[in-house]
Amino acid sequence: MLAETAPEILEEYYVSFLLDRANRTFLSIASVEGGMEIEEVAATRPDAVAKIAVDAIDGVDQAKAQEIVAAAKFPAEVADKVADVLVKLWEVFIKEDALLVEVNPLAKVASGDVIALDGKVSLDENAEFRHPEFEELHDKAAANPLEAAAKEKNLNYVKLDGEVGIIGNGAGLVMSTLDVVAYAGEAHKGVKPANFLDIGGGASAEVMANGLEIILGDPDVKSVFVNVFGGITACDAVANGIVQALELLESKGEEVTKPLVVRLDGNNAELGRKILDDRKHPLVQRVDTMDGAADKAAELAAAAK
Amino acid sequence: MAIFLTKESKVIVQGMTGSEGQKHTRRMLASGTNIVGGVNPRKAGQSVDFDGTEVPVFGTVKEAIEKTGADVTVIFVPEKFTKDAVVEAIDAEIPLAVVITEGIAVHDTASFWAYAGKKGNKTRIIGPNCPGLITPGQSNAGIIPADITKPGRIGLVSKSGTLTYQMMYELRDIGFSTCVGIGGDPIIGTTHIDALKAFQDDPDTDLIVMIGEIGGDAEERAAAFIKENVTKPVVGYVAGFTAPEGKTMGHAGAIVSGSSGTAQAKKEALEAAGVKVGKTPTETAKLAREILAG
Repeated sequence: MLAETAPEILEEYYVSFLLDRANRTFLSIASVEGGMEIEEVAATRPDAVAKIAVDAIDGVDQAKAQEIVAAAKFPAEVADKVADVLVKLWEVFIKEDALLVEVNPLAKVASGDVIALDGKVSLDENAEFRHPEFEELHDKAAANPLEAAAKEKNLNYVKLDGEVGIIGNGAGLVMSTLDVVAYAGEAHKGVKPANFLDIGGGASAEVMANGLEIILGDPDVKSVFVNVFGGITACDAVANGIVQALELLESKGEEVTKPLVVRLDGNNAELGRKILDDRKHPLVQRVDTMDGAADKAAELAAAAK
Repeated sequence: MAIFLTKESKVIVQGMTGSEGQKHTRRMLASGTNIVGGVNPRKAGQSVDFDGTEVPVFGTVKEAIEKTGADVTVIFVPEKFTKDAVVEAIDAEIPLAVVITEGIAVHDTASFWAYAGKKGNKTRIIGPNCPGLITPGQSNAGIIPADITKPGRIGLVSKSGTLTYQMMYELRDIGFSTCVGIGGDPIIGTTHIDALKAFQDDPDTDLIVMIGEIGGDAEERAAAFIKENVTKPVVGYVAGFTAPEGKTMGHAGAIVSGSSGTAQAKKEALEAAGVKVGKTPTETAKLAREILAG
């Protein structure tokens, strides 16, 4: 906890550095009208908010900082001080692999100094290999328990508020599966996807089993849709994972009561389908098209709702 | 013809001696790709046997180009070293670098993208975090399965790997000129627009399927480009209509913040540009079939 005497604030500014996806570079945003209403200012008077591209290699030196300060029309008496803040802020942005560093408000106080009163930082999870300290920043207590359990097992899982559990391979296909299930749900009491779970490329039977265990442990889930297009992932491994997961849960004495709809296409699909057919598990059914399988999973969830 | 990759392409693999690199080099060779070498400074001078095909290992990309005339590199180097590998490819001025590696820090991608620009963009970069591209029957640079479909006259460009496969499968009987997976990271090299432009100019492509997903405004920009510059029919699909705001859905780029970047906004922009947009991959394939049937 940091406590300081409240300074007398004369003016509130805004400065930030962030990723500019559209231009594939970084961007600085600065305004002399910072504070709570910065979004409002940006929306209604875009001229009052300067946006200057920052080259990822050249970065922000004194000259670049002065360019930003001039573009945002900072008053002359604070220009050098704000430029110093910008150079330091850029160092933080680079050193911490940030996606955003924002100071709002950056305040001019009675002494004439410029000080940061509040700020926000977003970090890049992909940069954790350079920053082992990021791990400690995860708020484990705040995470949903299912999300926390999934993270323990390195699964890419997001809890949602519907009834149909979803497992697929590849972020795009899983997102698409959520949509297809939601459309199908319109005809089945409005059931929706209960989660996003991407088992990734080349997933083994073990990964599939881990994923299924998380989903079947979600009390909101009434049916499960496993949607896999095997590119690198082999469908026989997926099918084995489903069979193993069910056996594992049953061996622990947990009764599996939720129906599973499985759609397998692509790499070794025939082998995978045969494994499921041979197993003849009463709760598992195969539907060989994505739209058809989504409809069946939604129907089963609606029936159990 | 095709775009970016043909049977004439001479392909090297950076990271060929690693486990992913070996696995996929074997698959690429099996699908007919002309792989002329691998790059690993610690194993230069050795060669790797892939079921009877000896592939030489060079110390640098530059050396590999000098010795083999390579014009495509596929990069499987681990994420910590990917930036250096791409910079090396750019310095060697190889015409096409396909970056398969996933999980690259966005500062690293921003850095090599800026570097490519400073060097005059002589190297086309596809990816990172992408499945690469395939010109069926000719060459395969990346990890797209070669046995899903056959040569044909549909061009495909997609942010998502598995949706690329799904769409190739849906339209497998018609076949594809080239399928390009551009990746779903916040910063990518080749964009939807670059691929649309190339397909528009490719005499062997009659129809273009474009797959997008939530996040960013690449699809909206592609829509504006299509309206002005593309005369061939385009069919679109956007994933992520039901994704909640503020949550990352696997792809680092697939996150919705505020009203921009939603699937609905992208669909509307594409439709306003005359693109037929399907609600599901299967419906999208059906729209493509209807157009091709005239």
